[in-house]
Amino acid sequence: MGLSLFTPLSWNDAGFILTGIWNTVIISLVAILVGTLLGLIVGFIRSASNQLVNALLGSILDVLRSVPLIIQLILFSTYVGAIGHPLPPFAAGSIILSLYAMAFMSEVFRGGFNSVPPSMPLAARALGMNAWQTIIYIRLPIGLRTVFPSWLGVALSVIKDSALVSVIGYMELLRTSEQLISRTQQPLEILIGVGIFYFLISYPLSLYGKHIERKMAL
Amino acid sequence: MIQIKNVHKSFDDLAVLKGINLTVNKGEALSIIGGSGSGKSTLLYCINAIESIQQGQILVDDIDVHASHTNQDKLRQKLGMVFQQWNAFPHLTVLENAALAPRIVKKMRKEEAIEIAKKELIHVGLGDKLDMYPTKMSGGQQQRLAIARALAMRPDYMLFDEITSALDPELVGEVLDTLRMLRDDGITMICVTHEIAFAREVSDTVAYFHQGVIEEIGPPEQVISNPQKQTTQHFLRKVL
Ligand SMILES: Nc1ncnc2c1ncn2[C@@H]1O[C@H](COP(=O)(O)OP(=O)(O)OP(=O)(O)O)[C@@H](O)[C@H]1O
Ligand SMILES: [Mg+2]
Repeated sequence: MGLSLFTPLSWNDAGFILTGIWNTVIISLVAILVGTLLGLIVGFIRSASNQLVNALLGSILDVLRSVPLIIQLILFSTYVGAIGHPLPPFAAGSIILSLYAMAFMSEVFRGGFNSVPPSMPLAARALGMNAWQTIIYIRLPIGLRTVFPSWLGVALSVIKDSALVSVIGYMELLRTSEQLISRTQQPLEILIGVGIFYFLISYPLSLYGKHIERKMAL
Repeated sequence: MIQIKNVHKSFDDLAVLKGINLTVNKGEALSIIGGSGSGKSTLLYCINAIESIQQGQILVDDIDVHASHTNQDKLRQKLGMVFQQWNAFPHLTVLENAALAPRIVKKMRKEEAIEIAKKELIHVGLGDKLDMYPTKMSGGQQQRLAIARALAMRPDYMLFDEITSALDPELVGEVLDTLRMLRDDGITMICVTHEIAFAREVSDTVAYFHQGVIEEIGPPEQVISNPQKQTTQHFLRKVL
């Protein structure tokens, strides 16, 4: 056996892999959190506003939903670099992934808000609640009750899509494992491990979503 | 006292109220009867500032409802309203439904709000349903919840908009009984209703609405039992 450039996978790589996992978790959480907050606001505005505002917002959201995420990531990080304000991969990735999440979540929330019969906020106003209290105590909770399963579906796909942020150099789990693969030449073991990780996160969550859905159907 | 002075209201170019004059004193019960589209609901919505008016004035305890300086959220605390659709908040239990507004609108302590809510719920006969979700209850029970929820705000006046019209016939009685009880408590109320017999029984005054004007108004013995106007006679023949 000659001198090899490759060194097999070992326990010394654990820290490296954990960093990758951590980075995947953290960017997914940021995108889900920011996407949910913005999605709530945009979804509410869309359910409450006239056709013109709706069409305008709708077309922006259509672009975000239709252009593949990988293209948005590359375009954005190249663009901010070209105008002289390059962003670190985490920042650029968080921004695009959050907007992408927002585009899908706002539709989910809009559907929820639209499902609140107008007589509910009317009854709340008649009880003396002001416009804000009506939103916080009536429209939000009633509108959000039914959309949890769909929201969870979007959140799960954000976790999986976060792997694409690797293309702009973010060291999340996939990119970490690519580097390990090129060093160890053990793609099978590594990719199976990564797959199992995504499965372990997603599957219990989707089971939980189905459980909630069944409970609400009763 | 609620004073309605020459009120005009239109939706775009559809004139719905064409000069309404009415006074309801503390402790009185006014019933409003009339055909579909005659403007009965619209008048109630104008009284509690859900709808604006184009002309005239509505005074609730001398507060000008539609004046720009009037705090309408605050004003609505004086006016309880119950609708044809019962509108129980589905995400809250019966008790929470009734305690929410006292707590967040009147800023009561939680225990105090719950105590008042409980009292009103027991009063309308829902004392054994406090922890239930309203969607599991009958329409009549949900409507009684809506009444208790409004009463828990301790309003000075109650506005009822055909609150038995959406109920199955066998559930109408329990809700009317609740109204009779409120009447005995001396609560001031305006009832828009199709229950003519009920209106005759509980009202001090009955107003017959026809195409946006009050065609006839007076004690029930007159308006219902012995109507003077032909339009009133015609309407009553149809509904009785
Ligand atoms: N928000 C609105 N926009 C436009 N038109 C309205 C609106 N609300 C009511 N109207 C119209 O105003 C008229 C009076 O309506 P209103 O609901 O006051 O009648 P009503 O006497 O309560 O009838 P009903 O017995 O059917 O409840 C109707 O012609 C109705 O179509
Ligand atoms: Mg009506």
